[in-house]
Amino acid sequence: MSGLSGSARRIAAMIERYVYLLKGSWPRVVELAYWPTMQMVLWGFLSEYLTHHSPFLAQAPGVLLAAVLLWDVMFRGQLGVSVVFFEELYSRNLGHLFASPLRAYELGGALFVISLLRTLIGSGMAAVFAFWFYHFPIWRLGLLLVAFFLNLIVMGWAIGLVVAGLVLRYGLGAENLAWAAVFAIAPVSGIYYPVRVLPQGLQIVAHALPAAYVFTAMRAFFFRHTLTLGPLAVAAALNVVYLSLGLVVFLRTFHNARLHGRLLNLGE
Amino acid sequence: MTAEPAIAVHGLSKHYGPVAAVESLSFTLESGRVLGLLGGNGAGKTTTLAMLMGLLLPSGGSIRVLGEDLLHHRYRVLERINFSSPYVDLPHRLTVYQNLRVYGGLYGVRGVRARIEELARDLDLVDLLGRPYGRLSAGQRTRASLAKALINSPRLLLLDEPTASLDPDTADRLRGYLRDYQKTSGAAVVLASHNMLEVERLCDDVIMLRQGRVFDRGAPAALVSQYGRDTLEEVFLDMARGRAPS
Repeated sequence: MSGLSGSARRIAAMIERYVYLLKGSWPRVVELAYWPTMQMVLWGFLSEYLTHHSPFLAQAPGVLLAAVLLWDVMFRGQLGVSVVFFEELYSRNLGHLFASPLRAYELGGALFVISLLRTLIGSGMAAVFAFWFYHFPIWRLGLLLVAFFLNLIVMGWAIGLVVAGLVLRYGLGAENLAWAAVFAIAPVSGIYYPVRVLPQGLQIVAHALPAAYVFTAMRAFFFRHTLTLGPLAVAAALNVVYLSLGLVVFLRTFHNARLHGRLLNLGE
Repeated sequence: MTAEPAIAVHGLSKHYGPVAAVESLSFTLESGRVLGLLGGNGAGKTTTLAMLMGLLLPSGGSIRVLGEDLLHHRYRVLERINFSSPYVDLPHRLTVYQNLRVYGGLYGVRGVRARIEELARDLDLVDLLGRPYGRLSAGQRTRASLAKALINSPRLLLLDEPTASLDPDTADRLRGYLRDYQKTSGAAVVLASHNMLEVERLCDDVIMLRQGRVFDRGAPAALVSQYGRDTLEEVFLDMARGRAPS
């Protein structure tokens, strides 16, 4: 069997494994949509209030809701990689997986696909809710939404790979990093405010993050009705770098786990 | 031309800092033969199995499996081998059938449904196929794990305590099944076990390990005779307690 078709088959088998997991537990599916929707409810009311009391926000109704929805894409994207990877550790299955012909990068590929699916379910439900409840159709961003979505989910994947690598290195004691990692960069990602309000040092950090460029482009669209492709191109270039780094970290920690015998021992 | 052995290990070592988990292990295993790895806890049996699958990188030595250098061409080998261990689980929330389907996909098994049905019949899993793996008893899990180990009809089967947690009747039937599989398929089998009766019944050759080193080796009957004992268990106790052959 050729390398490419063999890889596709193994990735498909792993996707099947994660879909079984999702289908087998309706609370998991509900949970996927629950948190983004609750966020949407909270920010929706705040947005309604501020739009009527702030001339600045009145210029761009929906900007806060768009920010919440898009930020959630990155958060869900990251969780979709790291938390789904933890499932293999919870079930002490890594030994079986890597005694099979599955390559570590193929597992990464399957995690990306399942992360995309989980994010579409979770953020998609919240987006439908935002339209239904607050009359905010985020899909009116059209192709721009696709560009925002892809940039943010890829950044989430890069962080997810690093978190998965750290858990492979330090064990499940490090699993809380999955929840903490994205929030650590939230203040410098310019989600709800422009990067220029940050102190100079943090602005430098922000300019190294793809998310900051995405949210800059988002505000430009809402406030000035302009398509600014420059920031999105920078975000895409940075994402190539970060995703490559994430893959390197994951593959290096996988090699390290083989060196120290952790593939058989890691688990609850 | 002579066929390459299923396994050819030379000078295999694994060190964790100053501790030698396995030291200078060399052996060959021909196809169609069963090799037992015997030893107490920490003797290096599981470490050796892990290195034979490439799950653990050795500190030194060479491993050839099914004619390939495992350290350089691991993925050429892995589709043709498999393993089972009570210390490595399958995903708990997936049913036995789903687990076997996923692993069938990973190993590229053609006609996976028919293969699962065949294994379910052979290993008495028919009624358990729809049950989540996490809800099985320890013995049922062992059988499900063995079905996973056989899903790709491996040319080399690595088994870590394959009958742990099984009642004597099921364990006996499973040994019979393994022996039949090995004879009909011509596969090589490496078996790490504490169960001396099992080793005597299944293995053509035995390597006795102590503290990561080879203590002795030979056919079970020859070892029993060499040590002047009646059973392999008595030989094992001699090794564990540092007694020399009589």
